[in-house]
Amino acid sequence: MSRLSVAKTYKIYIGGKFPRTESGRYFPLHDSKDHVIANICRGSRKDFRNAVVAARKAQPGWAGASAYLRGQIIYRIAEMLEGRREQFIAELKQQGSTASAAEKEVDASIDRLIYYAGWSDKYQQVFSAVNPVSSSHFNFSVLEPTGVVGIIAPDDTSLLGLVSNLAPCIVGGNTCVVLASESKPLSAISFAEVLHSSDVPAGVVNILTGYREELTGQFASHMDVNAVVYCDGSRKVATAIQTAAADNIKRVVSRVNTDWGKDAAQDPYLIKQTQEVKTTWHPIGS
Amino acid sequence: MSSASVSRLPGATRLPDLSRVPAVDEVGVNERVARFQSRSIKAKAKIEGLKLTLSMIDLTTLEGQDTPGKVQQLCQKAIHLHDSMPGLPHVAAVCVYPTMVSVAKDALEGHDINIASVATAFPSGMSSLDIKLNDTRIAVDAGANEIDMVISRGAFLAGDYQLVFDEIVAVKEACGDAHLKVILETGELGTLDRVRRASVLAMHAGADFIKTSTGKIHPAATMQVTLTMLQAITDFYYETGRMVGMKPAGGISSAKLALHYLVMLQETLGNAWMTPEWFRFGASSLANDVLMQLKKQETGVYQSPDYFSKD
Repeated sequence: MSRLSVAKTYKIYIGGKFPRTESGRYFPLHDSKDHVIANICRGSRKDFRNAVVAARKAQPGWAGASAYLRGQIIYRIAEMLEGRREQFIAELKQQGSTASAAEKEVDASIDRLIYYAGWSDKYQQVFSAVNPVSSSHFNFSVLEPTGVVGIIAPDDTSLLGLVSNLAPCIVGGNTCVVLASESKPLSAISFAEVLHSSDVPAGVVNILTGYREELTGQFASHMDVNAVVYCDGSRKVATAIQTAAADNIKRVVSRVNTDWGKDAAQDPYLIKQTQEVKTTWHPIGS
Repeated sequence: MSSASVSRLPGATRLPDLSRVPAVDEVGVNERVARFQSRSIKAKAKIEGLKLTLSMIDLTTLEGQDTPGKVQQLCQKAIHLHDSMPGLPHVAAVCVYPTMVSVAKDALEGHDINIASVATAFPSGMSSLDIKLNDTRIAVDAGANEIDMVISRGAFLAGDYQLVFDEIVAVKEACGDAHLKVILETGELGTLDRVRRASVLAMHAGADFIKTSTGKIHPAATMQVTLTMLQAITDFYYETGRMVGMKPAGGISSAKLALHYLVMLQETLGNAWMTPEWFRFGASSLANDVLMQLKKQETGVYQSPDYFSKD
């Protein structure tokens, strides 16, 4: 007798929990043969609000963790992803990738996590400076995390694009709310399960699924979000994001037209894009 | 000091027979509370509810680390909730320790904001009646017009209801013209039946308000406990014709929860109680959440505490 398959319920990830959207709304995800793969939560602005609250709560603790620990945790994410490599390949294939493209994407995602894990206790030295000033001051600049970052992940490379934007954000002590790929949302939610089993503190990463058109404006306008990162969209979308972001002078980071599969897409400067420079003037004897 | 040596106020009522206080149906209370939380309050009603909430807040600081500066800051917050939004009500009162009453009085000079002071060996109430009465008088003499006293939970739990009753009567006398709020510290009473009994006792002893918690014990205010107390107030009103106020305190920090409480108040006691004269929120961080929600209603954009003065 054949057994009934157990389908996975894809839910959103907020504050270390997997709730359904508070709105109760769903949209069906189809495969290439137009079969329904899963019902995906259509996240609402209130889900986003709740996610920002969780991210804000987690931010001081995450920023206060040592660089070494943050690196260890991101390395751990890579380990967990490696262990579930087959599942992620299967999911990408389900969403239309070829076998070889799927394998390549999952491997690149794991490697990218390792890359940024390595930077965790190094970027500060590279980007910080002792500045020459013509007065009797010891003057130095160091980086501090921007705070809560909204990431609108790339729609196309749904796993690699997500990882490539998430890792440089959290390695620098930020917490984030991520809007997953709309057309290929499965990998993001399975990745949330990986995060969940990797000692990432609750609230550091929050992942929503839903419609970009509905949620992009919320990412840009929320007064308690300190930076917004986006990777797709027309000039019109970019203008809308930047205009709404001006209200609380959010840091706006555009990563449009990036080929996330290339090695050039990993760069310590991506870490710096969600950091603030603090310069200290310390008086010294002449 | 034994209860026998407490002078009885002329005209004060006697300790009621608490064995006749009805039992509380806990399952029923839970179900009713769940229904209050499912009400949808939108747009104009929400804005009115939020403004009403602001006007009912007793802005509170009760820390061992309180300084005159902290109390002055709190009073400034009470006066200037968020000046860039005109038309906001001010809070009902600030609530401080007796030694900080004079600081609050100076800071609130010329403003129609009450000064509430905790007294009677707050928060434990573990002291002699003499000290509790002195504590009360010190606060009243310094200018407090509302006194938040704690009941002796130990005596109550030991069944010495008369002592608890007499203490409240004596403190009420010491209050003079000041309003008396009686804190039951429901988190230490354990069951809703005891909450109900303590409510009846306090109201008969002359409480102007009954209040859930000191904020020092968890759980503090819950909707279940508050509903139990509201029902006791209803029955007391039908029995005696006297209105008693209600003050949930501790743990109410979101605007949404405050609106649930208002729904419960409206559907239990009705519109007559929907004023700061008869209902208060004891809270330290509720005001800013309400302000952020009001701003959200005005602008359509979710707000950040970064843009509101500290409370």
